[in-house]
Amino acid sequence: MMMIKHLLSIDQLSTDMIDLVLKTTDSFGEVGTRTIKKVPALRGRTVCNLFFEPSTRTRLSFELAAKRLSADVITFTADSKTSVSKGESFKDTALTLQAMGLDAIVVRHTSGGSAKRLSEWVDASVLNAGDGSNEHPTQALLDLYTIKQRFGRIEGLHIGIVGDVSHSRVARSNIKAMTKMGAHVTVIGPPTLLPVTVGSWGVDVSTDLDAVLPKLDIVYLLRVQKERQVDQFFPSLREYSMFWGLDNRRVGLMKPEALIMHPGPINRGVEIAGDLPEMERFIVADQVTNGIAVRAALMYLMLGGSQEPPPTEKV
Amino acid sequence: MSPNSVPNLPAGGADETGRAWVVLDDLDVKRALVRMAHEIVESNRGTGELVLVGIHRRGVPLAHRVAKRIAEIETIAPPVGELDISFYRDDVGIRSPQEISPTDFPFDVTDKTVVLVDDVLYTGRTVRAAIDALVDFGRPRLVKLAVLVDRGHRELPFRADFIGKNIPTSKMQEVRVHVLETDGVDSVVVYDPRTLGDGQ
Amino acid sequence: MAEILFKGGRLIDPASGVDTTSDVLVSGGRVIEVGSNLSSNGAETIDISGAVICPGFIDLHVHLREPGREDEETVATGSAAAARGGFTAVGAMPNTDPVCDNAAVADKVAAAARLAGMCEVIPAGALTKGLEGKYITPVGEMVTCSAGVRMFTDDGKGVQDSRILRRAMEYIKGFDAICAEHCDDAALSEGGQMHEGYYSDMLGLKGMPAAAEDIALARDLVLARLTGVRYHALHVSTKGSVELIRQAKAQGVRVTAEVTPHHLILTDSELQSFDPVNKVNPPLRSSSDVEACRVGLADGTLDAIATDHAPHSREEKESEFELAPPGMVGLETALALMITEIVDPGILTLAELVRRLTSVPAGILRLAGQGGPVAEGGVANLTVFDPAAEWLIDPETFVSKSRNTPFKGRTVRGRVLHTVFGGNLVVRNGEISPDYHAALSVGTSLGAQQ
Repeated sequence: MMMIKHLLSIDQLSTDMIDLVLKTTDSFGEVGTRTIKKVPALRGRTVCNLFFEPSTRTRLSFELAAKRLSADVITFTADSKTSVSKGESFKDTALTLQAMGLDAIVVRHTSGGSAKRLSEWVDASVLNAGDGSNEHPTQALLDLYTIKQRFGRIEGLHIGIVGDVSHSRVARSNIKAMTKMGAHVTVIGPPTLLPVTVGSWGVDVSTDLDAVLPKLDIVYLLRVQKERQVDQFFPSLREYSMFWGLDNRRVGLMKPEALIMHPGPINRGVEIAGDLPEMERFIVADQVTNGIAVRAALMYLMLGGSQEPPPTEKV
Repeated sequence: MSPNSVPNLPAGGADETGRAWVVLDDLDVKRALVRMAHEIVESNRGTGELVLVGIHRRGVPLAHRVAKRIAEIETIAPPVGELDISFYRDDVGIRSPQEISPTDFPFDVTDKTVVLVDDVLYTGRTVRAAIDALVDFGRPRLVKLAVLVDRGHRELPFRADFIGKNIPTSKMQEVRVHVLETDGVDSVVVYDPRTLGDGQ
Repeated sequence: MAEILFKGGRLIDPASGVDTTSDVLVSGGRVIEVGSNLSSNGAETIDISGAVICPGFIDLHVHLREPGREDEETVATGSAAAARGGFTAVGAMPNTDPVCDNAAVADKVAAAARLAGMCEVIPAGALTKGLEGKYITPVGEMVTCSAGVRMFTDDGKGVQDSRILRRAMEYIKGFDAICAEHCDDAALSEGGQMHEGYYSDMLGLKGMPAAAEDIALARDLVLARLTGVRYHALHVSTKGSVELIRQAKAQGVRVTAEVTPHHLILTDSELQSFDPVNKVNPPLRSSSDVEACRVGLADGTLDAIATDHAPHSREEKESEFELAPPGMVGLETALALMITEIVDPGILTLAELVRRLTSVPAGILRLAGQGGPVAEGGVANLTVFDPAAEWLIDPETFVSKSRNTPFKGRTVRGRVLHTVFGGNLVVRNGEISPDYHAALSVGTSLGAQQ
């Protein structure tokens, strides 16, 4: 199977490609359990983490993934608001990186579409590590992997995505990925934080979490930025958690086998009650662990393969 | 006949196009594996500290079969590990990535006598990758190599310790090992594209 | 000044209702004779059979960036782009640096235009000082200065405070000038990157709802009725706006409106490329808005075509989408886009398109010597274009300093052949006459500060 050169959006991936990524992730999960958690597949390759928006977790996850493949990793952090005022355009930055002979650029940016733009200017493979409110495809893939690991399947599961869908790249990528793999997705949140046209995305829409909770196999909570309250998307954090936050009472409404996921970092006291205890069904740690393996699998498949059609196989 | 279909002919038989020769049939394969099992046990003086490691894909079922034969001889079967060498290949970035099979070592290889098992020994590059992978799991006392077929044309300085059959080939030819577990039949077939007549 | 006889062209002169094959003789900056089989009497004869000759086009809405951003455009390069697009008069928006909110800046812009000599530039004055929406500007001084300001606007944003806008309208009315607005409820569209709708939801880019334009326009129309000012709606882009203007006109409000080629042609689906070349304000709207604008143009609700020519540097448009400034250049592609996308599909006739580019905007601005009629003794501001000529839009060939067009690579029909401004052949065979190359390369007095 031909793999894509850049990973910018879940839209680029066929279900076969997603299956291949998830299958390859199994192998990197196994590598992660070894004493020597490193294989030589990308020895001599250079991966640049280009972060215009601070995100220690995502950066470390990509860095570990690249290092598990023996790639060299460099990090370039910049403030997205300063590049233009300094007189250097985004394209200038891209061409500077291009001149460094990189093999892959992992880019995180506050502005939607930045990964796509970058991919038009450089020869390196571009991996979108989150662009504005647009997409975060590796998060969606690690979430699919985590779900499959627990349920053995994705198809037919009912997944509730709860919270600020409007401003969430995680939600956009996950809705695309989950529906593509045959899951039934319901988005739930205050009406002000659900995109007006979200009903056309092949999902169900609800503002009533209590009514939907008993039907869900997975409750996927989105991070709620506290500044949304300042912008009057909802009247108060207290009211938000009263209607859309997960607390002990709501956990009691869930199916016994249903799981809780969250892309992190968690806002305790907002989307999750501060007094909610640790529990087996809350699988955020799995998501983090799997994040490294999924990203390693992607880099291996994208950089490890020839972009040309494969030569005639010899035995 | 498509290159992927499996001729089920007695040894020495050729298919109707004359492009494929069966050099080992199911009985030949069985005899070869039994002989290899004997040789391994003999060289190791029993099964003490002996482990087999099959190289994906066809090395894995062959390793399990050799282990079974050893159990018939020694009553005890050596543990079998499964190794995928994709991440250790020296052609990463040249060929398109293949599906990766699980690597599974139900034992620690340190201080063991490891017999790597593969179907065909050709350039030696797979063996190189397998040894690199193996040493990431520990420090074996001794590493040996068992192959069902040695077809020559080495590009790296390796030789096999246990060989089912030496088959002299030209580089133009392909040697395919079929095993019951994945192909529904045990056989070793040589394909020669030069007799195709369509210029391939 | 040259003596030129344009021979054998189709004269479309909306001001006099003429649409017939006719020769036009130009001399001494004036039209000397209009008729058939004119003899040259020593004048240079240019055979324009198959082409259209008409009054020079008028663009009510351009950004020339001078003073302040001469790296993006100057009055001279903008005038050249206008001439190459067939325009002999343009209205320059006041959002320069310094802002055109006083007679001194207006006069300097007009003077730079006279020096360049390729096109008439009528500066628009700011409605409020510094475009800040707080204090009204010296309208009287600007109306009576040599630049002859006749339109006032805070284009780029709307005046948010209704009390200030009402005062400005009343005051402007006293000088019989035009109050023009970029209709936008800033609170509703704050931070917006594109039209709010299906695509903004999909792409996760913050949307600017059509309601922000509709609400501002509705308020403006109420105030226009209250004050009786001549009101002009800039770059109308929504279905709601078209309907509001239609109703206001029916009720006798003194309102005129313009629409840009890009709002008649492109939809918000273009934004999927994330290329900031498609970022513009008002944003590219939904297909139903585009359709409503086309209907509004056809039935006369929307009066004039204006380009909102907004040059931006390469660096600024090669930045991240959310950091890139809005705007597109339009002067050199307007005619061809309108013929290809509006005349060819039968939304307007060619003669009607010419009217919307000439006598209609001339009437809005009450310009003398522009927009026809093409008659003996009139100022020779003329455009000759081949309505059938096909060409490929290549921004690298623009005479504008900027290249930010979303229409790059399109094959279009309709090409300006010659532009006569004040009797001078500024554009000959589609290119700026060599006489003007010096003006382009040295820039202007105001450009020296760059």
